[in-house]
Amino acid sequence: MAENALRVFIVDDEAPARRRLRELLDDCTGALPLSVVGEAQHGREALDLLQTAPAELVLTDIHMPDMDGIELARHLLKLQHPPVVIFTTAFHEHALQAFEVNAVDYLVKPVRVQRLLSALQKVPRLKPMASDKLAHLPSTARRFLSVTERSRVVLVPVEDVVYLKAELKYITIRTREREFLLEESLTRLETEFGARFVRVHRNCLVAREHIRGFERRVGNDGDAHWEVLLNGVLETLPVSRRQQFVVRDVGREPVNGAAA
Amino acid sequence: MLPDLRNLGTILRILSIVTGATLVVAFAREQRWSALIDEWIGLTSYVVPYLLAELVLLALIAPRLVRLPYRHGVAAIAVATIAVGVAVHAAFARLLPGDAGSLLRQLVYALGAAALLLYYFHLRIKALSPAIAEARLQALQARIRPHFLFNSITAVLSLIRREPQRAETALEDMADLFRVLMRDNRELTPLAAEVTLCQQYLDLEKLRLGERLIVDWNVKSMPADALVPPLVLQPLLENAVYHGIEPASTPGTVSINVFLSRGEVHAILKNPVPASGRRHQSGNKMALENVRERLALHFDAEASLESRVSRDLYEVHIRMPYRTVMPAEVVASPQSAPRAPAHGVGREARRSRAPVRPLHGMPQTGAVRG
Repeated sequence: MAENALRVFIVDDEAPARRRLRELLDDCTGALPLSVVGEAQHGREALDLLQTAPAELVLTDIHMPDMDGIELARHLLKLQHPPVVIFTTAFHEHALQAFEVNAVDYLVKPVRVQRLLSALQKVPRLKPMASDKLAHLPSTARRFLSVTERSRVVLVPVEDVVYLKAELKYITIRTREREFLLEESLTRLETEFGARFVRVHRNCLVAREHIRGFERRVGNDGDAHWEVLLNGVLETLPVSRRQQFVVRDVGREPVNGAAA
Repeated sequence: MLPDLRNLGTILRILSIVTGATLVVAFAREQRWSALIDEWIGLTSYVVPYLLAELVLLALIAPRLVRLPYRHGVAAIAVATIAVGVAVHAAFARLLPGDAGSLLRQLVYALGAAALLLYYFHLRIKALSPAIAEARLQALQARIRPHFLFNSITAVLSLIRREPQRAETALEDMADLFRVLMRDNRELTPLAAEVTLCQQYLDLEKLRLGERLIVDWNVKSMPADALVPPLVLQPLLENAVYHGIEPASTPGTVSINVFLSRGEVHAILKNPVPASGRRHQSGNKMALENVRERLALHFDAEASLESRVSRDLYEVHIRMPYRTVMPAEVVASPQSAPRAPAHGVGREARRSRAPVRPLHGMPQTGAVRG
């Protein structure tokens, strides 16, 4: 394979679809030097493999178990050299519309070899998609938050998150085990995950399913306020005066009901 | 067209209309409220035995009546009404003290009631016939998701170079599936044909999903000749795969259990509920409603569809009457007339055609794969 061969990675949950793409990519090698560096069944596996075998182009299906293609594309942006992502999709009217609007590259399945080739030829000129563009694509809320640690992308399952706290430039993600630092906006996270988290303070979102209860405390200045008690984390979080209503609202729900 | 005299819905309608009518008559005859109940009981004590005897007789001869032209059918019902009237009158005169009343008067009432009921059913069937035509459209709307079509084509393409023979079988399965989806789906179809169709469909899904999809068939004791609405199971299986298998990263089992119990056909379909599969349940409702509506059109109150979700299992239970002959409404549906050759084939010829139309390309009934 030539030195400057395009490194391509395939992600699809259906084995025949992966096999077909490999065949088509094979057919393209005459016109364009390329090599398939790997394939994965879903986004999480892809992200894992791509950290050790980087690719310049990722061809990914959209609907997949565990992690869908759009979420994968968002996490891939955290890699040191983010690849170009082209979505492959069988039929998703709404997704296609959004792709057109946002000028996102996609191929419809079954993929035609000519169409694939012209997409491949464009790749060197393309830049990875901007993250806000990806955020506009119709997708369910992410299942993972991704943080970069020692130049590796680490995934934190959203269900493990106990709270998210904005501090200066970063957001602290707290799980039962440890903390992570995330570079995102708390307000965006609040809209994305909706009912899963509840805002207890201007700078803090707490996962409803991890709330154990509330406790009234009197501070040194004699003012009383509420503190959130958490499952599995000893630390407590203050509820601001403004958000006091959540004590009543959350307290009323059955503890597990919030998880649904 | 005569109503289906063995259908529970028809029988319940007749019973409630006639008892309702006797109440009206009692009300007209007796102005005093206190005596109204007595009057009504007096009337029904005669009318109900008469009516029940007649319904039993009609249910017994119903299969023959269905084959008669409409006029002859009506005449036969009139004769039956008179015969039962005479018999009931004689029985009452013999067994009960007092005057059994005027036979002629009773027969006039009974024939009048029969004529009105027949007219009612005639209007009702007329009103429902477009609905039966609509059922075909609905069957098409319940059709396969485009997502399935395009992914299956991709899967077939992936086989062509390496395993051309598997690709051929897959294309044949697709052809059969779409033949059924595109044809006129108003008429009932043998259960065995529907089951074969479902097997072909699931074979295609297995091609795409590989070992992620496990299918557990339990149809050995099914009544293969039972007539069921076409595409009564396939859309539900498609749901099972779409909601139960595709969103899961671990393999899952779709199980199909079809059997006969106390003269009723039961079909129980189960699929797992993956933790992440709960997000698109809305599409599920449509297919379910569609199948439920078509069951109601064909079988009225005699069929039902229930679904329930437990912690990690989704289950649909369909109950249908065990029928092997088309009910009158569907055989003689006026919408089917224009499809017959315009001349040379008369009304009788159309009516006498085999009640069950075999499906093209379907393997022998009862043949079960995988």
